[in-house]
Amino acid sequence: MRSVIDILDLTVEELEELISTALDIIENPSKYAHICEGKKLATLFFEPSTRTRLSFEAAMYELGGNVLGFSESNSSSAAKGESIADTAKTVSCYADIIAMRHPKEGAALVAANNATVPVINAGDGGHCHPTQTLADLLTIYREKGGFDNLTVGLCGDLKFGRTVHSLINALSRYKNINFVLISPEELKLPSYVKKGILVKNNIPYEQTTDLETAMPKLDILYMTRVQRERFFNEEDYLRLKDSYILTPDKLKNAKESLSILHPLPRVNEISVAIDKDKRACYFKQVLNGKYMRMALILKLLKEAGTI
Amino acid sequence: MNIDSIQNGVVIDHITAGLGMKLYKLLGLDTLDVSVALIKNVSSKKMGKKDIIKIDADIDVDFDVIGFVDPDATVNIIKEGKLVNKLSIDMPKTLVDVIKCKNPRCITSCEQELQHIFELTDRENKVYRCRYCETKAN
Repeated sequence: MRSVIDILDLTVEELEELISTALDIIENPSKYAHICEGKKLATLFFEPSTRTRLSFEAAMYELGGNVLGFSESNSSSAAKGESIADTAKTVSCYADIIAMRHPKEGAALVAANNATVPVINAGDGGHCHPTQTLADLLTIYREKGGFDNLTVGLCGDLKFGRTVHSLINALSRYKNINFVLISPEELKLPSYVKKGILVKNNIPYEQTTDLETAMPKLDILYMTRVQRERFFNEEDYLRLKDSYILTPDKLKNAKESLSILHPLPRVNEISVAIDKDKRACYFKQVLNGKYMRMALILKLLKEAGTI
Repeated sequence: MNIDSIQNGVVIDHITAGLGMKLYKLLGLDTLDVSVALIKNVSSKKMGKKDIIKIDADIDVDFDVIGFVDPDATVNIIKEGKLVNKLSIDMPKTLVDVIKCKNPRCITSCEQELQHIFELTDRENKVYRCRYCETKAN
């Protein structure tokens, strides 16, 4: 059974296929409005999420399907100690496809190994979040018309930021991509991502702690939140949480064509004043995320022979 | 230092000096009720120093464990005092329940029934990563 746990589970051709489907959904929503009638998506969310869960639910409803599930582990059998394997087997009896978020890394893979319906990883701790990357990719595609010849600045928590790792993985498969990695020393990109993806594929990158110096060269600025839940130590979180805050004055030297992305939710790392700037794309990203989730649900249900 | 030759058993030779104890533990040799010798820092023309493990019993050793700890080691099978087979070891592509993932955020840290599976991701640098969370094995 085909599942999507990591963005690398999808080939470049499949990413293009998903983008193409999403663009068609945007153009012709009525064509897709009943395609999943009678089908059910189970949203198994073992940790809080507003955006991703609602995005999946909206996606399934817009395809004409139904949704069941839970939004915190306390309201599931996990609170009684049920294993993920058993939960996945059980839910497979009720739903045609599963979207799962869990705080532990690798949880979605365990579910996929045991489910008899497709599983989409909606975030497994600090590990992977492929559908956020799909949202990022559609946004970049719609803003820039493609993925080649871009200088992409990644700013903030590059150590624990799963969206950053997935985006690097996805973009590194395109031509002439440059990365500028902007973070405090303590939150630098892990060496396994740096060596395993950037160095291995000869992708040019630079590391810096200075956002303003890097700004003029960027085509994309991908901001991230320093996430409290990724820290064991509250002191470290408090010390680093305000490391990079994007304000209008920091955009003075930015390109007019810059696109500012953020996986959201933001805390304070992008000033609300930026929302009015035409370069702000993070709410477009939210909408694009829904379209890509629709495209992915369709693809996996088709491959499973469900629709 | 002399350790008697064995009649029937296994000699793991050419272990990189310092890795003998790790191999001894991971092979579970401390739980065996047979004669086992771990000899450290033996002089070697080829290696300078090496470790050797001699097991005085005809047991099945886990080649995957040896390949993970030290793929340069060799395994000699001894029958009736004679060397009957000399095996070189390769790094296994997958390790199942040999080592545990130490990432406290990994799903294996809370789902007790899960196997701890590591995959060889970089042969040149002998890097294994957890199948679930991709954390590097130590």
